[in-house]
Amino acid sequence: MSADILALLLKATGQTLYMVAVAGLIGSLFGIPLGVFLATSGRGELFPAPWVNKVLGAVVNATRSTPFIILVVAIIPFTRLVAGTSIGTTAAIVPLTIATIPFVARLVETAIREVDPGLTEAARAMGASPIQIVFKVLLAEARPGIASALTLTIVSLIGYAAMVGAIGGGGLGDLGIRYGYQRFMPDVMAIVVLVLIVLVQLVQSAGDRLARKFDKRIRPR
Amino acid sequence: MNMAIVTNRAKSPINVAANDEPAVQKTANPMVAFEGVSKRFAAGRTSAEVVALANIDLVVPRGSVTGIIGRSGAGKSTLIRLVNGLEKPSSGHVLVDGVDVAGLDEKSLRAVRRSIGMIFQHFNLLSSRTAFDNIALPLEIAGVDKQSIEKRVTPLLELVGLSDKRDRYPAELSGGQKQRIGIARALATEPKLLLSDEATSALDPETTRSILALLKQINRELGLTVLLITHEMEVVKTIADHVAVIDGGRIVEQGPTFDVFTGHIHETTRALLGGLAGMRLPEFLTSRISERPEAGSRTILRVVFKGENATEPMLARLGSDLGIEVNILAGAVDEIAGRPFGMLVVSLRADEVKIVEARQFLADHGLSSEVVGYVR
Repeated sequence: MSADILALLLKATGQTLYMVAVAGLIGSLFGIPLGVFLATSGRGELFPAPWVNKVLGAVVNATRSTPFIILVVAIIPFTRLVAGTSIGTTAAIVPLTIATIPFVARLVETAIREVDPGLTEAARAMGASPIQIVFKVLLAEARPGIASALTLTIVSLIGYAAMVGAIGGGGLGDLGIRYGYQRFMPDVMAIVVLVLIVLVQLVQSAGDRLARKFDKRIRPR
Repeated sequence: MNMAIVTNRAKSPINVAANDEPAVQKTANPMVAFEGVSKRFAAGRTSAEVVALANIDLVVPRGSVTGIIGRSGAGKSTLIRLVNGLEKPSSGHVLVDGVDVAGLDEKSLRAVRRSIGMIFQHFNLLSSRTAFDNIALPLEIAGVDKQSIEKRVTPLLELVGLSDKRDRYPAELSGGQKQRIGIARALATEPKLLLSDEATSALDPETTRSILALLKQINRELGLTVLLITHEMEVVKTIADHVAVIDGGRIVEQGPTFDVFTGHIHETTRALLGGLAGMRLPEFLTSRISERPEAGSRTILRVVFKGENATEPMLARLGSDLGIEVNILAGAVDEIAGRPFGMLVVSLRADEVKIVEARQFLADHGLSSEVVGYVR
């Protein structure tokens, strides 16, 4: 393999990591609170707002059911507004983030809902405010679930980031398509796939380790 | 199976409820008072309206251990949750230390809740926190600083006998240990009232006894009023000095435990008392018993001995003084709220007049009796 290809591979890996990191960070920043809200705003829950809950739930579902590649082109005007341009790696972060927020939100919602309602009741009986319950009970107890949720998010993001080549986003997936497929360079394709596998593997095991560390529900051996 | 007993109950004119001194000062300035409290749950899409509690009047004397006993679904859980405002009554007042919690908004309610501890059937400890941090939680919520928390939690760990488990997570503790941590946590804010929601129902009998002993000790040493709900006879019998029996959302009986369980007994109480010594008739009797006397049949009498008179040889005197032949069929002695209590099922060979005479004799000596039925 030539030095040129190696340089391309390094650059593409850098782009993928950049997109995944930024979209993952911003997506979590919005997605986690949204997930907490979705899990606590039903009728008779901590922040009862059933209508807002329904509307947000519908928006989340709509975003999640739109195929990512369609989302990418559909929100081009919005991307231009936010990033100043609609092409390039930075521009690609916008649709990635938009897709990440509802993804994280649903997973976090599930993690929060898995917290024993008895704990919320106990905290209420202690005189805790809803905000205190969120931070001291729900988020604390859901930490293993949230760690798993974020791991899954990053793994999915690595996959999504392969699609943003469509708007000049670059990254590993783009390299694989343009060189490996369109230029008939199967060795490039193989290397790209290999790097992706290693990336996902690393993220997954780091995430699992974190989730295990947070999880005190099982007796340590 | 209890039919014979129930039907005959109405025919028993004599029912001596001894006037026992209540262990705790009466109703003046109670810790908790329910006044005409009802709770209805609105009809849902698939369910009809549910009346969980109907017109409850109940008093929890200051410094007492008061037990509310009933079957599952009787409304106990709703009742106890009204005290700290986890549930709001549909009507009526719930006074806690003179304050009507039903009328408070969430914010004022939070202040009141900090003065009420609560323990739960499934402990409800945070799995992500150590024993120490679990006990510290209510203090953190109340905004207590780290140093004061340390000073408060350490003696509490000692009180519940788990100083060595300080840094353990709940998953590493046994059920009894978890409940001890739950109790320590409930005591952290130095409450004036402790609510216990089936606190021993998930524990084995031996652990139950040790937890009950701990609750009693706290009640005595800290002067803490305890309100507990349970479906276990054993719990009420062991530590409650006051009891209320709840069934179908209504209080069917309440008063000092000893009096309620040994006096005129409501049907629900009797069903719950199934486990109480001598309450259930032996099998060989229930199969042969009839409601009406026949020529030559014997009268089956249940005689209740309580406290001091449990020692007098009354049955022997029925024979010597009245000339009635007494045969003991079943019996047991138990302890309720720390006082002896015995029950004997006897058969008497005598005519109706003699039986009335015999029961009068027993009543004169402070023993209550009831006719259970007749056997040939």
